[in-house]
Amino acid sequence: MGKGRLGESERLSLTGSEWGCLIHHMTNNAVAASGLTIRRGRKTVIDSLDLTVPRGAIIGLLGPSGSGKTTLMRAIVGVQIVAGGRVQVLGRAAGSADLRQRVGYMTQSASIYEDLSVRANLRYFARVQGAPKTDVDRVLERTDLLGQADQLARTLSGGQANRVSLAAAMLGSPDLLVLDEPTVGLDPVLRADLWGLFRRLAEEGTTLLVSSHVMDEATRCDRLLLMREGAVIADTTPRDLLASTGAASAEEAFLDIIEADTGGSGRTGRARSGRHGHSGTHLLSREGAGRDRADRTRGGRR
Amino acid sequence: MNPQRTLATTGRVLIQIRNDPRTIALLLIVPSLLIGLVAWIFDETEVFADIGPAMLALFPFIVMFLVTSIATLRERRSGTLERLLSMPLGRGDFILGYTLAFGLLAVVQTAVAVGYATLVCGLEIEGSVVLLFVVAIADALLGTALGLLASAFARTEFQVVQFMPVFVFPQILLGGIFLPRDQLPDVLEVIGDWLPLSHAIDALGAVSTGDEDDTYIWLRVLFIACWIVGAVIVGSLTLRRRTP
Repeated sequence: MGKGRLGESERLSLTGSEWGCLIHHMTNNAVAASGLTIRRGRKTVIDSLDLTVPRGAIIGLLGPSGSGKTTLMRAIVGVQIVAGGRVQVLGRAAGSADLRQRVGYMTQSASIYEDLSVRANLRYFARVQGAPKTDVDRVLERTDLLGQADQLARTLSGGQANRVSLAAAMLGSPDLLVLDEPTVGLDPVLRADLWGLFRRLAEEGTTLLVSSHVMDEATRCDRLLLMREGAVIADTTPRDLLASTGAASAEEAFLDIIEADTGGSGRTGRARSGRHGHSGTHLLSREGAGRDRADRTRGGRR
Repeated sequence: MNPQRTLATTGRVLIQIRNDPRTIALLLIVPSLLIGLVAWIFDETEVFADIGPAMLALFPFIVMFLVTSIATLRERRSGTLERLLSMPLGRGDFILGYTLAFGLLAVVQTAVAVGYATLVCGLEIEGSVVLLFVVAIADALLGTALGLLASAFARTEFQVVQFMPVFVFPQILLGGIFLPRDQLPDVLEVIGDWLPLSHAIDALGAVSTGDEDDTYIWLRVLFIACWIVGAVIVGSLTLRRRTP
């Protein structure tokens, strides 16, 4: 896919139908990033990342803690300082004013007011979002929180507080929901319920970008982006992930891909299983691989 | 900026305070208790008539400084500020929303403190009571604006509380409560003359004695207002939609 920026001459030589294709390609994606680079202090956290996220699907953003998932999500929402590159969200530059009503963001910790009731929290966020009043009851019902509506947020369990945060992100029915580890710390039943909700939202046309470090959740997504050390190391589907690595579970497959990504130097002390043949899974090459390895070696000596 | 979002923020802050009755009780009772204590210490002297009005200037300022700096720090740390700034909330809506809520609180607090100081402690207000409230509100807004600014430089609650002495104590020391400003060493007198709390103390002294005309007091309020505007501008620059 042509994610690189077009040069001036190429741009002029496009025919009408090619233009149509290009526009379709650009607007058909919920998110398109090219050359995204993010630095924190002197450290480059994300180095020249390219990415596309199609509309109307659940895209899993998987990877170990510290792999840059939150940073990438913040860049998509437009609250992250970006050192270079472009991020287009729903056809506009990430963080533009008119996207703020079309993108819902759920941060990793439940960002709600502890000293307000669940309903008061949502009522305030609804007014800020410009969502109709009836939206509060709608999201309460969809996140199964009607029973807790008048409880102070401080008295909620961690899982309930997380769902309030999710409900707040759903206010105003945004086109894109960016959910940072929405199922962390939930019991299996609640987790299954939430994934059911995500599926229904996707069927209604919402695009969901859901991060997780629980690899088993990969099977519930339509597409998977595997991140490691600030790079997307695989862009695949759950089926291709399992088929191409021959692994029995998503977790195994992920470890296999990491191993392939590090050039077979990683992963010691773990019994190998499955074959290696990345036919369906598109392993992205990246320039930073050599540098990353050097970083790891240094880290190991510390 | 949008009035509906500003007022939504004001309403939200007021509900948060309403859900915390102990804070309300402390906000309303503590100033009166301290004013009563000072009146008692200087019983049968003329001192209370001098420093009583100055104390009315201190409370809205100190309390609103603390409340705002901690509330804003909590917003930054809990992630709610990041959520709000990813939503269509203007930075001005956020700041003005808080300012309105705390300004309202300051009116109530000042009413209780003034009522107690005049009715119970016998403080005499010769000048306009309306002007007294104007100065107290300006004071509270100054505390709010500086508190917002302070919260930007603090990473933890411990740090933000330490900012209180930095922002507040010099203003009290140089404001003319301990020693009239014209008796201070020259350099300190000049610094004192430029600090906003000095002008609040002057204005409230003038209100209580009724010695000066209204223009004198309005000029003092204007001076404080300039500080408020400056602090709000600098403070709003510290509220970034994009953070590292």
